[in-house]
Amino acid sequence: MNEKVKEKLGYNFLRLCFGIVLLALFMILYDIFQKGAGVISWEFLTASPKKGMTEGGIFPAIVGTFYVTVITALLSIPLGMGCAIYLNEYAKDGLFTRIIRMSIRNLSGVPSIVYGLFGVVLFVQFMRFDTCLLSAGLTLGLMTLPWTITASEEALKNIPLSYREGAMALGATKWQAIRTNVLPYAVPGMLTGAILGLARAAGETAPILFTGAAFFLPYIPKTIFEQFMALPYHLYIMATQHHSIIKVRPIAYGTALVLVALIFFMNLAAVIIRYRLRKIRRD
Amino acid sequence: MHNVKDKIIHGLFFLNGLIVMLVLLGIFVILCKAAIPAFQEISLKEFLTTARWDPTSLVKEGYGIGAMLLSTLMLTIGALIIAVPLGIGAAVYLTDIASPRFREIAKPVIEILAGIPSVVVGFLGIVLVGPIISKIFGISNGLNALNGSILLAIMALPTIISISEDALRSVPKTYHEASLALGATGWQTIIKVKIPAAVSGIIAACMLGMGRAIGETMTVLMATGCAPALPTSYLDPVRTMTATIAIELGEVAYDTTHYYALFGVGLVLFIITFVVNMLSDMVLRKYQKVRI
Repeated sequence: MNEKVKEKLGYNFLRLCFGIVLLALFMILYDIFQKGAGVISWEFLTASPKKGMTEGGIFPAIVGTFYVTVITALLSIPLGMGCAIYLNEYAKDGLFTRIIRMSIRNLSGVPSIVYGLFGVVLFVQFMRFDTCLLSAGLTLGLMTLPWTITASEEALKNIPLSYREGAMALGATKWQAIRTNVLPYAVPGMLTGAILGLARAAGETAPILFTGAAFFLPYIPKTIFEQFMALPYHLYIMATQHHSIIKVRPIAYGTALVLVALIFFMNLAAVIIRYRLRKIRRD
Repeated sequence: MHNVKDKIIHGLFFLNGLIVMLVLLGIFVILCKAAIPAFQEISLKEFLTTARWDPTSLVKEGYGIGAMLLSTLMLTIGALIIAVPLGIGAAVYLTDIASPRFREIAKPVIEILAGIPSVVVGFLGIVLVGPIISKIFGISNGLNALNGSILLAIMALPTIISISEDALRSVPKTYHEASLALGATGWQTIIKVKIPAAVSGIIAACMLGMGRAIGETMTVLMATGCAPALPTSYLDPVRTMTATIAIELGEVAYDTTHYYALFGVGLVLFIITFVVNMLSDMVLRKYQKVRI
C-alpha cells in the first residue's frame, strides 16, 4: 500500500477513536437531559418523596448530599492541606517521605467499596457512631484525602522558592514565611483541587451504602448522628430496588439530571476559581 | 520562643503526614482483622479456588470466590479491549492531529466524562446500553458482561487518554523532527517513533485504567445482571467481587462467617488493586518522568 494512503487511513482511524469517545459522552448527556429535563420542577426540587416514592420530589436527597459533602470537606480539606504543606515545605527526601508518597498514590487507587468496608468497621462499629451522616461523611473524607493532597501540593509547587527565601532572609521563621508568603497565594489553587475532589465524593455511592445512606426518610436529618438520603443512593434505589421500577423511571432520570448538574456546577466553580487565579497572577 | 513555636508547628504537620500512612495501613489491618474469623471456618484453598458462593444455603454453605474472580477478570479484559485502542487513538489524535485550539476545548470535555458518577453510568447501562444489546443479540435481557465491559471502558477512558497524552507529549520534539527529516510520513512517525518512545507511560495509563475497572462497584452492580453463577460468555450475567460486597453486606447478620467472608472478599480486592497500582507506578517512575 502507498505510504500516503496508509497515512490517510491511519489519521482517519485516530479521528474515529476520538469521535467515538465524544459520541459516548454526548449520548450520555443527551439521554439524561432529554428524559430528565421534563421532570424537573420547583416541586421536584423542594418536596419530599410521596406515595411510596412514586411521586413528589427529591428534596431530602439534595439536602442529604449537601450535608454529607460539608462533613467530607471539613475532614479532607484541612487534613489534605496540612499533609501537602508538610510534604512540600518541611519533609526532607528520605524513607519516611517516600513511604507517605507511596501511601497517597495507593490510597487513590483503593476501590470505593473498600473504603465503605473500612468505614463500617472504624466509624459505625468501633467508634459507635452507627450508620449516620457523620460516619458517611468521614468515610468519604478519607476517600477524597489523596486527591486533596495531590492538588494542594501542586498549588504549593507553583509558588516560587524566592517568596519563601525572601521572607526568611528578613528574619521570618519557616512558619511565618509559609503563613504570610506562601499560603495566601496557594490557597485558591488548593481550593480548586479540593472542590474537584468534593464533586467526585458527592457522586459516590459505594462508600455510603453501609455507613449512613437511608432508603427513605420523610424528614431532613437534624443532627449528624442521623441517617440521611443522598442523590446517588436515591438514583440507585429508583433504578434497581423500587417495587415498580418502570413507573418511577422519570424520577430516576430527574435525579440523575440533578446529580450530574450538581457535579457540573461544582466543577465549573473550580474552573472559575482557577481562571481568576491565573488572571490575578498575570496582572 | 519563635523557634519553639516553629518546632511545634513542624511537629503538627509531621503528624498530619503520618495520618495518611496510618489510613492506608489501617485499611489493610482492619480488612485483615475482619477477614481472619472467616478463615477459621473456611479453608483458604476453598475460598480462592472453588466457584460456589452460596453463604445462605441450608444444606451446605459455599464460600468460593472463583466465579467472582472470573467475572471481575472478564469485565476488566472486556473493558480494556474496548478502551485501550480507543484511548490511545484519542490521545494520539489530541497530541498530533488536533489543532491547539481544539485541544484546549477537548481536554475539559474529557474531564466532564471523568466527572460523571458511576451510579449514573450504571443507570444508563440499564436504560440505554442494555436495550441496545438485547436488540442486537436477540436476547431478552441486556444486563450482562458485555454491557458492564462497555460501561467500564467508558469510565476508564478519561484516565487512559489523559495519562497517555502526557506520556506522548513528553516525547522530545527532536525525535519527531528527526523522523520526518529522514523522509518518514507523519503516520510512520507516530507508529514507529512516538508510540514506542512513550510506551511505558501508555502502559501505566492502561494499568491505572484497569485498576479503576477492577474496583468499580455501582456500575457493575447495576448493569451486569448479578447472577452468582460461573459465566461462560460475554452474554451471561456476571457478578463481581465489588458487587457481591455491595449486595450482601447490607443484609448479612453481624458476627457470622458470611459477614467475615465478605471482608475476605474486600481484602482480595484490596490486594489486587494494590498490586496493579504499585506495578503501574513502578512502570511510570522507572522509564519516564511523567507526572500524574
